[in-house]
Amino acid sequence: MSGRYREALERVSAVRGVQGAMLVSASDGLVVADSLMEGVDGRAVAALAASLAGRLGRTTESAGLSAPRVVHLRAERGSLLAVPAADDLLVVAVMRADANVGLARLEMIAAAGEMG
Amino acid sequence: MTDDIRSMSAALANDPQSLVFLDLAELLRRRGQLDAALKVATAGVARHRKLADAHDLCARIYSDLGDGEAAFDAWMEALQLDTTHLGAHKGLGFLYFRAGDLPRALRHLEMASETNPDPGLELAAARVRRAVEESAREAATAESPTVIAENDAAREIGTDTVAEPVLDSAPPQTEAALPEPAPASDAELFAGFEGARDGLLLLDPNGLRLGGGIRNREGADVSDAVAAHLAGVSREASRAARLLSLGPWQSVAAECADGNLHLVPPSDSAVLLTVRDASVPAGRLALLADRAGQAARRWLERLA
Repeated sequence: MSGRYREALERVSAVRGVQGAMLVSASDGLVVADSLMEGVDGRAVAALAASLAGRLGRTTESAGLSAPRVVHLRAERGSLLAVPAADDLLVVAVMRADANVGLARLEMIAAAGEMG
Repeated sequence: MTDDIRSMSAALANDPQSLVFLDLAELLRRRGQLDAALKVATAGVARHRKLADAHDLCARIYSDLGDGEAAFDAWMEALQLDTTHLGAHKGLGFLYFRAGDLPRALRHLEMASETNPDPGLELAAARVRRAVEESAREAATAESPTVIAENDAAREIGTDTVAEPVLDSAPPQTEAALPEPAPASDAELFAGFEGARDGLLLLDPNGLRLGGGIRNREGADVSDAVAAHLAGVSREASRAARLLSLGPWQSVAAECADGNLHLVPPSDSAVLLTVRDASVPAGRLALLADRAGQAARRWLERLA
């Protein structure tokens, strides 16, 4: 993993409640780089996040809106966030229900900006 | 092997990216070489995932093989890529028809007919429409079920897109998965909510509208196109949450520069989409979506 990617992902992972962050190829759902806690299936996260982000991108386009800047799946015990970055990449993070989602979101947007 | 098949196979071997696989698989399908046709078509889909015709072709082959569930999924894929796809609307119309879900069959046939004015399609749609009206009348008077002109309509819908004998074995899985049709009027669904007709959309797991509507900034009704993209989103969200041990999913949100979108599951068999422009912050939209979700849940419970 390049130092630039690693630093950006580690800042996201450092936010309270974040179980891990990764960089994913948006078009094929493959892992480009990750900083995950043990027990988190990176390949599954990557594939699911890319699929969900792609589906929502097509939905917003159909609704006459621009491409999503943030996609957020919220579940009972945690969340999955995805933020599109340059070069067909997605910054993805998995977090527990008690995570500081707002701060994680800001760090992910910053990380996505650094990928450009 | 005939010359046509040989020459198309050679062309495809020479250029695997070529779209000749569509003609080759279709020819094999028509000749009853379904396994070979499916092999060619699925390889084509793998190379051209965004080509609606390729998914439609796979769907027709699955249908010929008697795998209605796979055919259903493939036609839904085709519709996600091209919401006006004629073959997909015809195929889904016929599957719904065979499953006895006449309102949805009619909706697909009408959409097919809109994009491809064709006397056969219009006749089929008219027959299904009459059957829907007849069913509604009979339901209202609690009389015995109508015997509809099923064979005539089936013959018209089938044309050359779907082979009728195969559709005789429409998949029980598909039928079981289909939710009950929405009532004729959904006016009370979001009564009192701002955007009841242009910013709130209730849909079933297959991406079909149950109530409400979505309009784009130009005022055009984009409900069906939006709903088609969301077919299966509930399954996908559930799968993601389960694989990540996050428990049941509660919402999916997308923030855009010019607006926000929020999805909630008011029940296991429905998804509610709320869309607002960027003047409504994501947090407020979530609250609005939750309230609309409660209204949708009550409405769905009254239907049950």
